Amino acid sequence: MHRIEVCIKRHLPDSYGQGLVKGISDLGINNVSDVRVIDVYWLDAELEREELELVCERLLADPITQDYSYDSAIKTIKEGMLHSIEVAYNAGVADPVEETAMKAVIDLGIDSVRAIKTAKRYQIMGNLDKNDMDVICSRLLVNPIIQHIVGDNPVVFSESPKYKFKLKQIDILNADDSGLNTIAAEFGFNKNEIQAIKEYYSKLARNPIDAELETLAQTWSEHCCHKTFKGKINFNGEIIDNLLKSTIARATKELDKPWCLSVFKDNAGVIEFDDKWALCFKVETHNHPSAIEPYGGASTGVGGVVRDILGTGLSAKPIFNTDVFCFGNPDMAYEDVPEGVLHPRRMFKGVRAGVADYGNRLGIPTGNGAICFDKRYTANPLVYCGTIGLMPKKYSQMGKQKAGDLIVLAGGRTGRDGIHGVTFASEQLDKDSTEVSFSSVQIGNPIVEKKLIDTILQARDKELFVRITDCGGGGLSSAVGEMGSETGAKVYLDRVPLKYAGLSYSEIWISESQERMIMAVPPDKADELLKLFADENTEATVIGEFTGDKRLQLFYNDKLVCDLDMEFLHEGHPQLELRALWCKAGVLEPRDEYPDIEQSLLKILGSWNVCSKEWVIRQYDHEVQGGSVLKPLVGKNNDGPGDAAIIRPVLDSDMGVVISNGINSKYSDIDPYWMAASAIDEALRQIIAVGGSLERVALLDNFCWGNTNKPERMGALVLACRACYDMSIAFGTPFISGKDSLNNEFHYQDTTIAIPDTLLISAMGVIKDSSKAVSMDFKKDGNCIYIVGNTYNELGGSEYYKSIGYLGNDAPKVNPQQAKKTMDNLSKASEKGLVKACHDLSEGGLGVAVAEMAFAGGKGARINLGKVPLGEKINRDDYILFSESNSRFLVEVAPEDADNFEKTLGDVAFARIGEVISMNSLQVFGIKDDIILKTETEKLKRAWQKPLEW
Amino acid sequence: MNKTRALVLRAPGTNCDVEAAFAFETAGADVSMVHIGELIRRDKELKDYQIMVLPGGFTYGDDLGSGKVIANEISVKLGDDVKLFVENGCLIIGICNGFQILVKSGLLPDPAALNKIQKTTLTNNDSGKFECRWVNLKVNPDSKCIFTRGIDKMYLPVAHGEGKFVADKEALNSVDMAVQYADGNDVPTMSYPENPNGSLNCIAGICDSSGRIFGLMPHPERFISGSQHPRWTGERLREQGDGFKIFQNAVDWIKHL
Repeated sequence: MHRIEVCIKRHLPDSYGQGLVKGISDLGINNVSDVRVIDVYWLDAELEREELELVCERLLADPITQDYSYDSAIKTIKEGMLHSIEVAYNAGVADPVEETAMKAVIDLGIDSVRAIKTAKRYQIMGNLDKNDMDVICSRLLVNPIIQHIVGDNPVVFSESPKYKFKLKQIDILNADDSGLNTIAAEFGFNKNEIQAIKEYYSKLARNPIDAELETLAQTWSEHCCHKTFKGKINFNGEIIDNLLKSTIARATKELDKPWCLSVFKDNAGVIEFDDKWALCFKVETHNHPSAIEPYGGASTGVGGVVRDILGTGLSAKPIFNTDVFCFGNPDMAYEDVPEGVLHPRRMFKGVRAGVADYGNRLGIPTGNGAICFDKRYTANPLVYCGTIGLMPKKYSQMGKQKAGDLIVLAGGRTGRDGIHGVTFASEQLDKDSTEVSFSSVQIGNPIVEKKLIDTILQARDKELFVRITDCGGGGLSSAVGEMGSETGAKVYLDRVPLKYAGLSYSEIWISESQERMIMAVPPDKADELLKLFADENTEATVIGEFTGDKRLQLFYNDKLVCDLDMEFLHEGHPQLELRALWCKAGVLEPRDEYPDIEQSLLKILGSWNVCSKEWVIRQYDHEVQGGSVLKPLVGKNNDGPGDAAIIRPVLDSDMGVVISNGINSKYSDIDPYWMAASAIDEALRQIIAVGGSLERVALLDNFCWGNTNKPERMGALVLACRACYDMSIAFGTPFISGKDSLNNEFHYQDTTIAIPDTLLISAMGVIKDSSKAVSMDFKKDGNCIYIVGNTYNELGGSEYYKSIGYLGNDAPKVNPQQAKKTMDNLSKASEKGLVKACHDLSEGGLGVAVAEMAFAGGKGARINLGKVPLGEKINRDDYILFSESNSRFLVEVAPEDADNFEKTLGDVAFARIGEVISMNSLQVFGIKDDIILKTETEKLKRAWQKPLEW
Repeated sequence: MNKTRALVLRAPGTNCDVEAAFAFETAGADVSMVHIGELIRRDKELKDYQIMVLPGGFTYGDDLGSGKVIANEISVKLGDDVKLFVENGCLIIGICNGFQILVKSGLLPDPAALNKIQKTTLTNNDSGKFECRWVNLKVNPDSKCIFTRGIDKMYLPVAHGEGKFVADKEALNSVDMAVQYADGNDVPTMSYPENPNGSLNCIAGICDSSGRIFGLMPHPERFISGSQHPRWTGERLREQGDGFKIFQNAVDWIKHL
């Protein structure tokens, strides 16, 4: 065995180490002068000196920037004040580098290396005591879920225990009530479910095998079958049978748009792009895994949703990622963070890095997103990952297999990763979650997934498979179980390629190892398909076949280990019954506060929710694939906050896809109906702001909620769903797909912290001529500034109220008929080229919008609040300036286009309220025509940029 | 007349292949996507092409350092083919990860050093972060580079975490600095973020002494048409992106051989 250490040469800066110095100082430990990071490689081999040197010089160390040392410790920084900590992955957690290093060593002609393991050694310079070191290790360097500190005599290469087959049956037939409860708790069934299972097996007169119960548990989980949304709900006495069907899906059905090609049935919703191409869109959540291990959880969130796209229709090419996060406040005091929970700043940094590293490596641009902050997200952060795919229209429908078609598993190998991830995803967290959910954390390898994408798209074009789906939550059990529901399937679990020995048949079956896809392949196409995969260095294996008997049969070394009736598996689930109620809470309204306008504006611009997210955006590759038309950052210095993103997915066409999102959880404390309506309005108005139209816009819903077994949470869900139906119908924008993550609550010191009920609306539209796109930065002094849409006294949940410590009672409402007309007419004005700049009014209202447009354009602005059209009487300047009423836009129009612009807007509410000026100053006149704000735009921009300059 | 034949090399983790191919096709080349395995298995031969494109991406995850593993694979398994390709007067362009591969295989700055210890490298950005942003580039009029002929400056995006060019003094002084990061007045700059990674001598791209092997960190294939410019909505919709001429130059040069 050899140990090799590699590090940056002493005279060169170690940028990773410098980042850690900063991270340590963020922890409040300021006496660290330097950190050096040493990469450690263990080679299980006996190599000659020349071979070792070849490996070091050619592969492991860069001769210009790095030093190496083998079989002895490397010298980096001066001795004294030096603390050395070595961190390695836990057994069973594979660092992708190990596999790559093996390949490279073999390329060099050295084939006697049996295995490679990696670790990292941190050398920390500074006067630190044991407590400091513990803090640094636990908060920065080590996540015990996947890593450990290496002791003096590490066991680097341990042999995996062999698995000895033993059929495990669960005695359900003879179980009494308490016995049944134990079984139910073990597998995550509720009372009715375990009863239904007992009846099924009583009829068969045999006990279930563990793999059968596992299959049922996965298939019947909230994550897979959305039992809450499909349940029977008693809402204040009114019975709702299947909330999804009666609201969201109903709207789509009633709208019946011919361009909706596949909705609510496949892994993503599909719409028509043009005569030749179709687009699909899916947004997933990966909340619980990210809470436990932010980097791994978030990166596999991206990986998972990308596979949804790859598994839609006969497979689509992923072309765009959108990511939305909700965290606790990054400046939260450490003592306020509940035990067992990671600090929001670490959560944020880890999630950001996970999403960026995975998305960038897949070569998918991340061009749209949002980040929201509320202390209730501290223990339950939300990580939404969305992907858009492009596919030939002819491949847009879900495939169909025949009896006799082979089941092919392709991609990564199967390990213990993510076992019980699905049932975990549907459960509540507490401080012990980090311990019990050890194996639920999944580890991703983006290059394996990239190879899958490259290979599957070629196989699709050669029509080598007839159906495809991803291995996501529930692993093979969900993928094969679902795909074979209409035919039946036989799977030989011993044929599944494993990462390491020791997995039982049921572990193989439910493992959620990443980067795996399932295809149905006609026998006469199998050889060609397997060769294609082999040529692309991607593993593909025939693991079974589809049958015609509508049974799910699993074998392990010829022994039957599962024999389930597909009908019972998919239809046998007893409908969930839930109670729901809602009553509006009245809270205190601010009355006599008159804060300083400039201070308020600076405070709002510098708030976590509003401030610039450039630090995040620049670390995503938003240019890859070459299609970006409107980037996330726009304006004179490429740093203004763009509204929706536009890409041209087909490089020789001007047709564009416009992508936006709306999320307004802060209103849900006041009224979940208007919270949901606001999210939809926000997503749509961003599409309008960039020059799009409502003509072909599809919506996605993503509910992240508290515990819906509590009637108030369920009541809030009912109201939000009703808003979705009402808005969808009125705007003419159908939902095509959705997802939910319920039970986002955390037990801490005898209290339960629930997240604010959060609905993310993602919107995707088609724009015929992307050269008509509009950005939000002011373009030219002397141009007129118009506000479009009425302003109401709606400050409940606003950033302004929040800045003075109030919630308020009046969340912004939506008048969808009026809003649609406003949007349609404004869209026509953009189409005619009359709009020079446009920004939607959202957090911080008019005040924030005009400031952002001015500093993004390197201009100034003068506006008069007295001219703002009001939907009701408002006699306070601050309310007009900071109201967050929906369906409003701020528009820049050239004076020569003003008449035409006004005529095009017709009878919707609008007014010319000021002009763009050359001075870099923002001047606001109040309703009494007095000047209430005059400030340098540069000062506003600084306040906006400062918080996230990390 | 036969079309110029360009090969876009794919490997596990390549990801800017489609737009690179589109750029060459727009410039009039006949483009083939070829997986490195096809060359190693001899299903396809390098000698059937005149331009080799190493596109951006994260080959083999950039494990062990960006471009390192595939650079090793090319050196060991395709070294002779590449040498012959270069001797035959063909062109090689490496963009982003492709540039990293050229440098780490030793093909740049001097192809004679292929399969020997590398003299220059591309390492972590000084900022310690992946940077996706647009940069001003000044093209060196004295460079021998075929690809940058007739161009004096360009505005292109970068997107990388390891783009800082580093070399020992001797190599640094002798290298052909084809393109440099520049400030708003087109003067080469060491200041961040105009120089997004802290590259020595402001180097954004280099070529070998023949001018036929060119590597650069910025992405010319991401600025082929006007709507890719970050400020086209505020300035104007240009007929063509600054990056296009690079591909046109390559195709024209082969045509006039």
